[in-house]
Amino acid sequence: MPLLDRNGARDDVWQLVDAPAVSNIAHALLRWDDVQAGLPATVAGQHLGLLIPNTVRTGALLPLLPRLALTAIIFPAYGDGRGFSIARQLRDAGFAGTLRATGPLIADQLAYALACGFDEIDLTEASAARQPAGQWQTAAAAMSATYQRGYGSRLNILDQRRAARSGAHV
Amino acid sequence: MYRYDEFDERFVRERVAQFRDQVARRLDGSLTEDEFKPLRLKNGVYLQLHAYMLRIAVPYGTLSSKQLRQLALIGERFDRGYGHFTTRQNLQFNWPKLRDVPEILDLLADVGMHCIQTSGNCIRNVTADAFAGVATDEIEDPRPAAELIRQWSSAHPEFSYLPRKFKIAVTGASHDRAVVKAHDIGLTVVRHPDTHEIGYQLIVGGGLGRTPMIGKVVREFLPKGDLLAYLEAIMRVYNLEGRRDNKYKARVKILVHEIGVETFRARVEEEFAKLEGPSINADPEEVARIAAFFAPPAYETLPLTSRAFEAARIGNAAFAEWVDVNVVRHKVSGHAALTISLKPVGGIPGDATSEQMRVVADLAERFSHSEIRVTHQQNLVLPHVKQTDLFALWQGLVAAGLATANIGLITDIIACPGLDYCALATARSIPIAQAIATRFADSARQRDIGELNIKISGCINACGHHHVGHIGILGLEKRGAESYQITLGGDATENAAIGEILGPGLTAGEVPDAIERIVEVYLAQRQPEETFISAVRRLGLAPFKAAFAQGVEATNINPEVSHAAA
Repeated sequence: MPLLDRNGARDDVWQLVDAPAVSNIAHALLRWDDVQAGLPATVAGQHLGLLIPNTVRTGALLPLLPRLALTAIIFPAYGDGRGFSIARQLRDAGFAGTLRATGPLIADQLAYALACGFDEIDLTEASAARQPAGQWQTAAAAMSATYQRGYGSRLNILDQRRAARSGAHV
Repeated sequence: MYRYDEFDERFVRERVAQFRDQVARRLDGSLTEDEFKPLRLKNGVYLQLHAYMLRIAVPYGTLSSKQLRQLALIGERFDRGYGHFTTRQNLQFNWPKLRDVPEILDLLADVGMHCIQTSGNCIRNVTADAFAGVATDEIEDPRPAAELIRQWSSAHPEFSYLPRKFKIAVTGASHDRAVVKAHDIGLTVVRHPDTHEIGYQLIVGGGLGRTPMIGKVVREFLPKGDLLAYLEAIMRVYNLEGRRDNKYKARVKILVHEIGVETFRARVEEEFAKLEGPSINADPEEVARIAAFFAPPAYETLPLTSRAFEAARIGNAAFAEWVDVNVVRHKVSGHAALTISLKPVGGIPGDATSEQMRVVADLAERFSHSEIRVTHQQNLVLPHVKQTDLFALWQGLVAAGLATANIGLITDIIACPGLDYCALATARSIPIAQAIATRFADSARQRDIGELNIKISGCINACGHHHVGHIGILGLEKRGAESYQITLGGDATENAAIGEILGPGLTAGEVPDAIERIVEVYLAQRQPEETFISAVRRLGLAPFKAAFAQGVEATNINPEVSHAAA
């Protein structure tokens, strides 16, 4: 499926595999239901990813996080925003690997996804065909600042105000 | 009043440009209609029965004269010369053209206004006590908190695709004029019983609609500085655990009901404990910056009551009546706050013409420090008026047809737009309100009946708040005809209660008689000084049900029905 990040379209090195085949793949993406069967089959040096439905409690993922280079969260529909909160919780729990949103998102959600801790979006073919990569970058830049503190690396309005205040005091 | 700084200004301008781009992407096919619809809704654009409807946010119901004049201009230029104030303190235009919407948004941005999140499954415009800052029973003006929430909730990266809409109301007073118990979150400014520190009580899970519920206290006392982190915790629990399998069970009230308030509270507190408050909350300087905008205006020092005012009151019976009914005490000596009724008998509740908006804007500029409030009862308030100015102000209102003296009385009816405008409606609301108001038009009789809130919704979604009306009227469609269900005993205040159904549905024509019979029971059985709702609580439903049933039987004894029964 087409993959894109903040810089545009990119190649996908990850391969979705069934549990028994996991050891042959350099970047193996396991389904949540295959975790128990797949984990013992992994080998040293292998990159492991996990594809999870958005109904999984973050607490259940915590023991696995150190082994994961990628967590992909499924968005069953673009209006189902649970994935944003899961991403946020995983980042708060210290997950430093790649976070991927998998599903029919729209360009207007790229900025939100990045702010919540996602790195990339794995789109459906149909969504990607209608929404060229350029639209995502334009949409992501539509709002130059947000009001929320603690979301993403961009400077938010509250901290910009604070910076302006302290500048004025000097 | 809050004024935009460069950041707010840029945010709103960029939002307008973003909406233009979204429309363009819909038109060139990049976005499907299904994808575009939520984007359009999050910018207040509805497709209604006959036309598009644009809902403009009036944050916490506070407007300046300049803003109200701009709304008048938009109504004149892009609508049919009027607008409709809603039960969420917003303003709706019922007839704009889609192609004009970006231009309207530009005009709104010129006066620091927008349509952001007046619809859609996101945190909606925050509402507040319409008498915030001037009420005598207030601990502290709740609007700085409301403005902070407005900013924080705007284009929130995590909470813009919620299971369902999310409504927050705030009050700083002991008497609840903001219906905080019927909101997804109701926030009340409170004083800590031991430390006397000012903070917030948070009620979650109230709501009306098809499953009316009174909200439950999730936090008795939250320190002011923790507001945004605590809201983030509540919203995260709701975003993750709120139901998405059925839109009628997707509001937070259902989650709170299903898992229980104790479990919900535990989940929120667990999430809150994990958050690093200082990195999320607004710093005290930012809170102070916002609060400074809501500092009281420079009131004159005046005696408690004005002699000129008292003289005018004695000399003019119509003025005296209006003062008795529409004017309330003010926390500052020699001043008053007054409500301008948008409920003339026979009119459309909440409608104001562009000309009337200009009159109100001018009067506010002359007499109320250029400030106006929108009430959730769909009226307007001038909050900062000197008693000595009341007579001149009233004369101005009389000339504009805005001096109806019925605030809180039986003709001060809340009604949703209903089947005359709304795509969701199952029955008309406005003509029912008009028929009841006409029946009870006599002002002496209205005052004799006293405080009585009638609230009418044209469908189960309950925009007209019928569940919390002393008398509630719900319009449904039954076998192709409009049918009206009457409830009794609802209450929208700190004594919040959901009304109970009196009996079988009525036709539109039968409603005024039914209201009459309910009122007659009250008048016959009330004790001295007892209000309608107090009498209902004391008497219970039985006598009202009996009177209601008598009327229904009487109407049903007609040849057609007898024949059908035979």
